[in-house]
Amino acid sequence: MKRHATWLYLLFWIVVSFLTMFPIYWLFVISVKPAVELFSTPEVLLSSVYWQNYIDVMNDSTLRGYMVNSLIISTGNAALVTVLGFLACYALTRFELGGKESIFFWTITNRMAPPAVFLLPLFLLFTQVYKFGDFTLLDSKIGMILVYCTFNLPFAIWTLRPTVDGIPKELDEAAFVDGASAWTVITEIILPLARPGLAVTLILTWVFAWNEYLLAATLTNFNARTLTTGLSEYVTTTGTEWGVMATISVFTLIPALIIFSMVQRHIVAGLTFGAVKG
Amino acid sequence: MQSNRLGWILLAPTLVILFFFGVVPFFYVLWLSFHQWNPFAADPNVIFNGADNFRALVFDNGFLSSLGVTIAFVFFAVLSELVIGYALAQAFLKDFPGKAIFRTIHTLPLIMAPIIVGSIWKLMTTPSIGIIPSLLRSWFGYDLNIGTSAVAAFTVTVVMDIWHWTPLVTLTLIAALVSLPSDPFEQAQIDGANKRQIFWHITLPMIMPAVLATVFIRLMDALRTVDEVLMLTGGGPGSATRYLGVHIFKEVFPRTNYGYGSAISIIVLYLTIVACWLLYVSLIAPRNTKG
Repeated sequence: MKRHATWLYLLFWIVVSFLTMFPIYWLFVISVKPAVELFSTPEVLLSSVYWQNYIDVMNDSTLRGYMVNSLIISTGNAALVTVLGFLACYALTRFELGGKESIFFWTITNRMAPPAVFLLPLFLLFTQVYKFGDFTLLDSKIGMILVYCTFNLPFAIWTLRPTVDGIPKELDEAAFVDGASAWTVITEIILPLARPGLAVTLILTWVFAWNEYLLAATLTNFNARTLTTGLSEYVTTTGTEWGVMATISVFTLIPALIIFSMVQRHIVAGLTFGAVKG
Repeated sequence: MQSNRLGWILLAPTLVILFFFGVVPFFYVLWLSFHQWNPFAADPNVIFNGADNFRALVFDNGFLSSLGVTIAFVFFAVLSELVIGYALAQAFLKDFPGKAIFRTIHTLPLIMAPIIVGSIWKLMTTPSIGIIPSLLRSWFGYDLNIGTSAVAAFTVTVVMDIWHWTPLVTLTLIAALVSLPSDPFEQAQIDGANKRQIFWHITLPMIMPAVLATVFIRLMDALRTVDEVLMLTGGGPGSATRYLGVHIFKEVFPRTNYGYGSAISIIVLYLTIVACWLLYVSLIAPRNTKG
């Protein structure tokens, strides 16, 4: 009786896993089929693998440019928010700043706001207000790095605060007594101890920036266009290049999957914003 | 003792960035929503027009229908995710081999970009390319066409959201269920309670805080769903899947009616805040004061 139930649950979870995996597998199937085969009856199993879509995407200099942009923007943003978030957490946990709890919660609300609401004001500010001579933030990588801070910086502060708070304050007090500067304390005492938390923050914020679409679609044209927006360019009313679209999707997915294998345990806590312990 | 000035200096970059990219846009859009401004109209100037934008919004059928489908979408998606997520969490607590692997696979969709999820489901459900329409036709003789059928498109967006986000619900509920003490359950069994009684009177009240927190997070995320729907259906057919975020994206920029677009943005923000506040007040706050 007991054994019977075990197999039943195993079977149930195999079905659930199949339902989870199949759409991702299907994406791969479409990406390795020549266009002529797509419109025959869809077949689940592959008879042959056709890599031309991958070669085409790699040889497309526009898409390569988008890929580089995505890399620069998400890496720049993740590094920036991790550093700033770390410094902010140090300030919030080590100093008696007036109204620091309000400041903390105010930063968090920045992440909760629906991004669609901010599309229009950000677009107008980027084109008309935030400019320095001929340089506008619109369609610039630095603009995207900064605007992604609105959702990633609160996240970094939220995830890093317990880490920095957990480092004993006696350690930095002792160092200050010995005459160390604030810079020495932060870089040589706090930083090494906070490293695991910093790594998780860096990785998750990188994925959030890499995955972002809506703001990039609104605030970039070409110079700072990212891979996710490049993907949407292949979906047109006149004729979608399905194979290419699937291939770009696979390219966008791969870094996230690699990262997923690294920080799997932290994903739920990250996405629920720590409200529920995952 | 360190001076507080150092603390403020360390905090300053964060505050400056969030001020320019969070606070300024908010007040800018709020200010614009009380003005008439279309740079490509006959009169391209910014003109104060009081609450005219908001007055027009109340009678704007496009906006109202978007509001309606958004509420329906959020309701069906979040409710299904809760029910399925709870069932999966319960099934996970039993003993069977390979739990860690199944848990890993189940977490997979959470890390994926919403736009990729949209792209995947587009490839799954587009007639003649997708596997789902082909199977439905050969098994049930039903023609699924998300390009022409409003019901089909709506259903597919809900199913897509369930596929994408149920794992989050499952994993949070697993965490909640694992941490429950076993005494009340043993006591109830001794007293002869049946499964349904145990669920309603013991399990549910005990995991309620986790359930509410999950609903809260899912509700806010579902309300701002844009990318995947934009990719999958583009808001169509007609306006069947034109959820609020999609509506803003599709309405504001092509029309360059910035004053009116600002009013829509402000109302959407306001409704999001109200929805969260109502949920908080009606569900979470009474429990806290009672506890």
